Amino acid sequence: MSTTWSVRAITRAMLPVLLVLTLVELGSGLVLGRFEATLLRYPSLLVLVPVTIGTAGNLGSILAARLSTAFHLGTLSFAADDETLAGNAVATVALAASIFPLVGLGAWGLTALTGSTALPLSTVLAVSLASGLSLAVLAVAVTVVATYAAYRFELDPDDVVIPVVTNVCDVLGVVLLYLAVLLFV
Amino acid sequence: MRVREVAVEAYREALPALGASLVGGLVAGLVLGGMRADLRAVEGLLVLVPALLATRGNVYGSFGARLATGLHQGLIEPRVGAGDPRLRAAAAAALANGVATSLFAAGAAFVILSTLGMPVTALGRLAGIALVAGLLSGVTLTAVVVAVVFAGYRRGHNPDTLVGPLVTTTGDVFGVLFLLIAVRTVALLLGVA
Repeated sequence: MSTTWSVRAITRAMLPVLLVLTLVELGSGLVLGRFEATLLRYPSLLVLVPVTIGTAGNLGSILAARLSTAFHLGTLSFAADDETLAGNAVATVALAASIFPLVGLGAWGLTALTGSTALPLSTVLAVSLASGLSLAVLAVAVTVVATYAAYRFELDPDDVVIPVVTNVCDVLGVVLLYLAVLLFV
Repeated sequence: MRVREVAVEAYREALPALGASLVGGLVAGLVLGGMRADLRAVEGLLVLVPALLATRGNVYGSFGARLATGLHQGLIEPRVGAGDPRLRAAAAAALANGVATSLFAAGAAFVILSTLGMPVTALGRLAGIALVAGLLSGVTLTAVVVAVVFAGYRRGHNPDTLVGPLVTTTGDVFGVLFLLIAVRTVALLLGVA
């Protein structure tokens, strides 16, 4: 928290985490590589990649930030009937249900505007909504586990949970996109 | 009943940030969609994309959070002209870490793909692309984060809530845009892959 403001101190605190997270992200890159031919054939799916990764990471980081704050304020218990936990979980799924149809619509619409859509809108919507909703459920699970782990190991959830959750959700976003493409395309 | 209140509040708070990153992500996707020829030509580039985009978010998100904390604690002044040594050190560290992590991603991607026997372009090209993209997006994002966090703070906004959506939105757009410029620049220097 109270890292000194020197290049050396900041680098010492940041670089090891960055290198580990890079390896995690290369995992999602390898998943992308597995269906590269499909992505290159259907541009609307390629357009989905950054927006799915971004939305996935954001859903995770927003939830993680809220749970970390609740944890610091002492209003979070890890019981199944905890209201803060349940409310935030419901909100995460509701946010995914609101955003991912727009993600699919936007990806398809932009591809249609700039040239060729080889896939019908319904397929792109099915892919984005299926991957987005399953992602929201997994994001809740990952965030709760990571926040709980930080609590058990007495780490500051702000330092640990947010980067871990954001990057794990990035990877999950790509994996679920891959599964949805296998299923619907 | 409490669950409903918590859910509604969380939903309302998060929606603008998600909306902003939705727009940024779609623009980034559009650029990526236009890069199909480059992605075909430079084997292994697509594998690198998530790592490069995440690095922008991780490095400049952390830089922005550090600036926000520094402003709250009165360690830095919200003025660029002052040439504050703390501000300079934090910006230099962000840029150095961002470029180093991009190069590491290129090297690691090359090693992993070669080990798996998958097609991958020459290491020099991949590292060159990561270097150019890392430098260009680093300089741009440093400027954007400093400008928006300082301007926001002077106008009375909480810098903590500005940083997240700002970095995820601009990070995706500039990340992909400078990746495109980097691929084309390296192709000019080394010849088309």
